[in-house]
This record gives sequence, structure tokens and C-alpha cells, in this order.
Amino acid sequence: MTDRDISYAAVMARKNEIMKSSMGIDYNEYIWSPVAFDYEHLMNDTGYDIDEVFRIQRETKVGNTPLYELKNFTEAVRSFSPPGKGATILVKDEAANASGSFKARRASISAYEAARKGYAGIIAATSGNYGAAVASQAAQRKLKCIIVQEVFDSHLVGQPEIVEKGRSCEAYGAEVLRLSVGPELFYMLLRTLEETGFFNASLYTPFGIRGVESLGVEIAQQTRQKYGKDPDAVIITHAGGGNLTGTARGLRYAGCTHTRIVACSVDLHGLHMASDHDFNRKSFTTGHTGFGVPFATWPDRVDVPRNAARSLRYMDEYQLVSQGEVFYITELLTKLEGLERGPAGNISLTAAVTLAREMDKDQVVVVQETEYTGAGKHQNSQLAFARENGILVYRGDPEENVPGKTIVIPEKLEQVRGKVQDIDRLRLEYLNNAARVYPRENWSAQDVAFLAADVNRDSQWIEDRFLKR
Amino acid sequence: MAIIPKGTWVEIEQVVLQPSERSASLPEDTRHVPYILRVSGFLLQEAELEQQVRIKTIIGRELEGTLKKINPQYTHNFGQLVPELLTIGTEAEND
Repeated sequence: MTDRDISYAAVMARKNEIMKSSMGIDYNEYIWSPVAFDYEHLMNDTGYDIDEVFRIQRETKVGNTPLYELKNFTEAVRSFSPPGKGATILVKDEAANASGSFKARRASISAYEAARKGYAGIIAATSGNYGAAVASQAAQRKLKCIIVQEVFDSHLVGQPEIVEKGRSCEAYGAEVLRLSVGPELFYMLLRTLEETGFFNASLYTPFGIRGVESLGVEIAQQTRQKYGKDPDAVIITHAGGGNLTGTARGLRYAGCTHTRIVACSVDLHGLHMASDHDFNRKSFTTGHTGFGVPFATWPDRVDVPRNAARSLRYMDEYQLVSQGEVFYITELLTKLEGLERGPAGNISLTAAVTLAREMDKDQVVVVQETEYTGAGKHQNSQLAFARENGILVYRGDPEENVPGKTIVIPEKLEQVRGKVQDIDRLRLEYLNNAARVYPRENWSAQDVAFLAADVNRDSQWIEDRFLKR
Repeated sequence: MAIIPKGTWVEIEQVVLQPSERSASLPEDTRHVPYILRVSGFLLQEAELEQQVRIKTIIGRELEGTLKKINPQYTHNFGQLVPELLTIGTEAEND
């Protein structure tokens, strides 16, 4: 190993061989063209069906989380909804998973697969809850664990939310590689995979997505059991796309064909994700537009050759909320429902306010996650840190939120108004990105069919809206 | 400077990439700073702060770097009180 060239260019050039040996998946078997691949075949070849996923997850304290009706919260939304409106809001308390978030589902199958294949350890590059999830699953499967984390700026000032996540990883016995701001996180991941020969628990493998499908299935089963019908809408926080893809696939598997799949992210427009300066001027380190939009419009910008998380394939609507609105909702959830949960897990609850007030009273909307909270993650930690970094924090009209400059906490619940995005614009942006990777003149009928499925439209739509223009 | 005994839990720093070695696609502010790693482990030989040392991490890997901290602690907390949160969903809301 030591004679290997570890310069940035040399390691990046070995990307494909490192990926292949660290996951045991040869993506070449599935690739049709630069823009298309056999997605379902890739997903099915994991070798785990949904019953197997449930069995594996039960072994390591994952899943079977409660689905709570938020009675007081729903009542508060109804108080300003039009007559006959104000759907019942349910929340899936994913904080009850080992490690405190839905990410345990995502990590569980990878850890099982790594142990089954005889890897000595497992690695993930993440600054999110996924790190603790991998570390917790690794501990239970007797695997060594390394988490590669972007955590501080060039002055070594760490984003408190990520610092807490690093602490949690170490609590579960993981080695944490703490890095400064930069996309070279991927380089560090590759280098560490090569040095150790460990399994790559990438967020974007079919194992990761398969693990989240159980969440969709549980939501379908629990809603039917309590309310005698399918959920009318499920709201899913969207960043890299795995949460949405896995949940939506699980709902489909369970037969929820009419359930609206609503994505939501925190609006962080204008902040550069690789900027050393901007890094500590955002309060949300995931679930925001800095990931949500680029991953929706080009999923394959990831640490594996093809991303198994393909959000536009499943998304019916996409809503943006502001940082101040999410902090407000997090505080309100605590006070009204007696549930103290982390802000990042409440992004979808924030979007639920906008959705529920416009839906009929007899309808049911499911917020599909919560996360644990504590020092660093808590809304008070985040707001205090924002103030220290010169962000103006005040109560007022959330319309005044400017990412990186102001955080405006609503004065009352009815001011919480998510912004519905134009999904067709995102679809066309995706197609533009595809055409950049592989010029449209080269697209075969198979490519067009794949791209159509990937944007949840048919080939004719691609023809009319994109190819003819 | 004080000698830190072998076996102490410490934090080391590596400059992973100098500014000139970094990815070509970086915003201006990030391009001018090195890419830094911090990691903790047990010190493998006695040393002083700022010396080049080897450590054994919690999973048993040996890594090298500049010795920066002894018994590194977590210092993140709940921050200065944010009074704006006190009037959300409470009696004080209507005052």
C-alpha cells in the first residue's frame, strides 16, 4: 500500500477499482450508457427482499418505530385553516431507532452485507446522522468503523451540529476523521478505503436504499391499521434523495398508489456548499437545497458510479421552507406535543403545516421522520451559533429569511408557508444535465425511456418538452 | 514544554493537501487554505505538543501527525440563551 501514489489526482484516478473492491458491486454490469442503467436490476441484485430487510433490522434495533398522531399540533393548524380543511398530522418517530434517526435503516443492510462478506470494517463519508447510524450498526455487527466527516472551517471552528454527530460516532466506538471544508472528502474516503480494505457504506448504494424501504412499508401498515386507509400524503425531507427514494419505494411496494409523495428542503439558496466562509453561516447541515436541488437534478454526482437514490422518479411535489420556520416548528412540537426532537428531523413537519391547512379535514398526512436532539443540534445551540457568526436572528415575517444573513422566526404558526417548487423546471434541469454528460443526439430509445422514468414522466413528455426544443 | 506520556489520548493534525494540491473546482476562499485532518488516538511514544507523533486510533489504526491536544474534549453546548424561543407555544406567547 505504502508505495501507492496518494496525490489527489492519482487517488481519484483509481476511483473505479477502489469502489469495486470496497463494495463487491460491479456497476459495469448494469450500465447501458453514460445516462442510463438497469436500475431495478441493480436494486434487486442486492439479494435482500423486504422480509429479509425487516429481519436484519430487527436484529440491530432498527424499525418498528411509533406512528404518533399530533393532536394538539393538528388542532393548532386547523385553527386558521379554511372551513373543512386541516388534515390530521401524524409523525413517524424515527428518533426511536438505535442511534436516533431513520439513518439506522440506511446503515443496517450495508453493515449486515459487510459482515456477511467478511470485511473487517466499514467506512462512510458523512457529516450527518448517517455517521452515528453506521457506527451503531457496526458496533452490533462487530465491525470496525471509520467515519470521514467535514466538520470545521479553516479556523478549526466546527459547526455545532456536526461536532455533536462526531461525538456520537465516537460514542459508538468509531474512528472519526475530522476534516476542513471541501469536496476532497471524497478523496479522503477513497484513500481510507484503499488503506484499510474496509467496506464502503456509501449512502447511495442499493443496500442503503433497500434499508429505507421498510420505512415506507411501516407507514402504510400503521396508517391502515389506525385510520383504515392509506396515507393521503407523506412528507419527506430531501437532500441526497435516499430518504425519499427508499420511503416512496416502500409505499409503492405496500400498494399505496395514490399517496402523494411530497419532498421538502430548507432553503439555503445563495450559500456555496464548498465555501470555507459560508460553511458556518448555515444552520442546517443537511436536508437543504444545497444538496436537494443538485441531487434531484443530477443524482449521479455521488461517491458510487450510479446512485440508487433517484428522487425525481418518485417525487410528486417539492416544497421549500426557511431555517427560521423549522426552528419555530421544532420549539412548537416540544411545547405542544411533549416531543423534544432535532431541527433537521422537523423539516418535513414544517412543510406539513402548509400541506395540511389545504387538505381536507378527513385526510391524513404523514411526516415520516424525527431525529434525536441535544447539545449542538438543538435549536438554541444553532441559533446562538448563528448569532455568534453575525447572522441576524429575530421574530417576524419568514419571508424576510435570507440564508447566511437573517434567520426570521415566525411570530405565529399561520405565517409558516412553504414555497412549492416548479417540478417541471427541475425535470428539465435534470435533462439538461443528462445532455451535458451525453449529448442528446446520442440518446437511444432505451436512454429516453430511462430518463423518462427518472423524471416520473413518459417518453412522449421528453420528446415534447425537451427534445423538440 | 511538558512531556506527554505514552498512552495519553490525544488529537493530531495532518495537512492532507496543501492549497496547490487541492481539487481544481473550489470557490476562491477555500482554494487558498490547506485541507486539514484532525483525528484522536493513543499516543505511541512520549512527546511534546507540536511534535510529529504516531497514534493508535480507537479501532487500532496507526496514524501520524502533529500533536495538537491532550485529552481532547467536546465543548459544544446549547449556546447562549435565545429569548425568542421562550414565547413559542407557551403562556408568554400572548403577553
